[in-house]
Amino acid sequence: MTFINYAAKEINCKIVYYGPGLGGKTTNLQYIYNKTAPDRKGKMISLATEADRTLFFDFLPLDLGSIRGFTTRFHLYTVPGQVFYDASRKLILKGVDGVVFVADSQRERMEANVESIRNLEANLQDHGFDLLNVPFALQFNKRDLNNAMPIEEMYRMLNYKREPTFEAVAPQGVGVFDTLKAVAKQILVELRQR
Amino acid sequence: MEVFEAEFRQLEEALRRLRHDSNAKAVFLIDKNGQHIAAAGETEDFDSTSLASLTAGNVAATDGLAKLIGEREFSVLFHEGQRDHIHISIVARRAILLVIFDERSSLGLVRLRVKRASAELEKVFDTMTEKSTRGGADGAAEPSPFSEITDEDIDALFSE
Ligand SMILES: Nc1nc2c(ncn2[C@@H]2O[C@H](COP(=O)(O)OP(=O)(O)OP(=O)(O)O)[C@@H](O)[C@H]2O)c(=O)[nH]1
Ligand SMILES: [Mg+2]
Repeated sequence: MTFINYAAKEINCKIVYYGPGLGGKTTNLQYIYNKTAPDRKGKMISLATEADRTLFFDFLPLDLGSIRGFTTRFHLYTVPGQVFYDASRKLILKGVDGVVFVADSQRERMEANVESIRNLEANLQDHGFDLLNVPFALQFNKRDLNNAMPIEEMYRMLNYKREPTFEAVAPQGVGVFDTLKAVAKQILVELRQR
Repeated sequence: MEVFEAEFRQLEEALRRLRHDSNAKAVFLIDKNGQHIAAAGETEDFDSTSLASLTAGNVAATDGLAKLIGEREFSVLFHEGQRDHIHISIVARRAILLVIFDERSSLGLVRLRVKRASAELEKVFDTMTEKSTRGGADGAAEPSPFSEITDEDIDALFSE
């Protein structure tokens, strides 16, 4: 739920990066963090295991400037992708305004991608959301790998509602900001219609 | 959640009073989704955005634990440090009150004052809910500043 403070003139939106384990969600946030000017970002918080797997969430607050005099902030979260962290994943979706799905392009991860989208759908439903109505962008990450599946084939398997879809190589930043912009835009357009 | 000017001032006033009466270092009011709402006290010593996100995560995880063992919720969380302590409680079912205090105060005092402040804050939240649901009808008095957002406005956000 978008948080609007008319007194402080602020809009805060929550964007959640979802997807299977090791797909590159945390890497997306790290790239955004590294490329954002210091005065436009807060601290990035990563609650991770010793082995750098997300344990609860990553959090990155971005301050992108203002719209109609309102400071516009995006709070980016990642979920832990490993299957057994489902309870935590569900908690992070609370109050979500938009979702980025980071899919792993490696052929052997397709089943994990499909399962994770189903899991997203179910967990959103538990919060009373329908993925069909939630601002959504799809990212095909790890396009640099040799075993990456052709995008047409991936699209057929993973496309949910003709959402904006991007090819990405997250560590190099390819597609990272385009994906973020696509979901942020949908959220703001929704504010306009509310 | 939508916060309007009048209620925002009331929330801040209630937080200031709580800060003062409990002798706390700082108090923060946080939305359960992790958004910072308002604060009082030595707030510049703390990163309020990070505090809000971690506190909400903490409460969400604890709520999950409560449900697992068949409790509705754990109404209060207390973390004791060497110097500073944290008292976390739920207000009006959808906000979190975080009190940071040290030896100048005590858990007993904080608890007592939080109880009183919660009742006060809850009233303000009720007004906010009322205003929000009335929203449409009231539209003329408080027109949404976002109905006029253009595609250019949105693109400008990402121009750098
Ligand atoms: N080759 C390649 N490696 C990538 C890419 N994106 C991420 N990686 C690597 O994949 C590994 C996992 O990335 P993370 O960002 O931690 O994955 P995650 O989705 O956050 O994983 P969980 O926290 O377990 O859910 C890291 O070693 C990254 O460097 C990519 O586009 N190409
Ligand atoms: Mg991660």
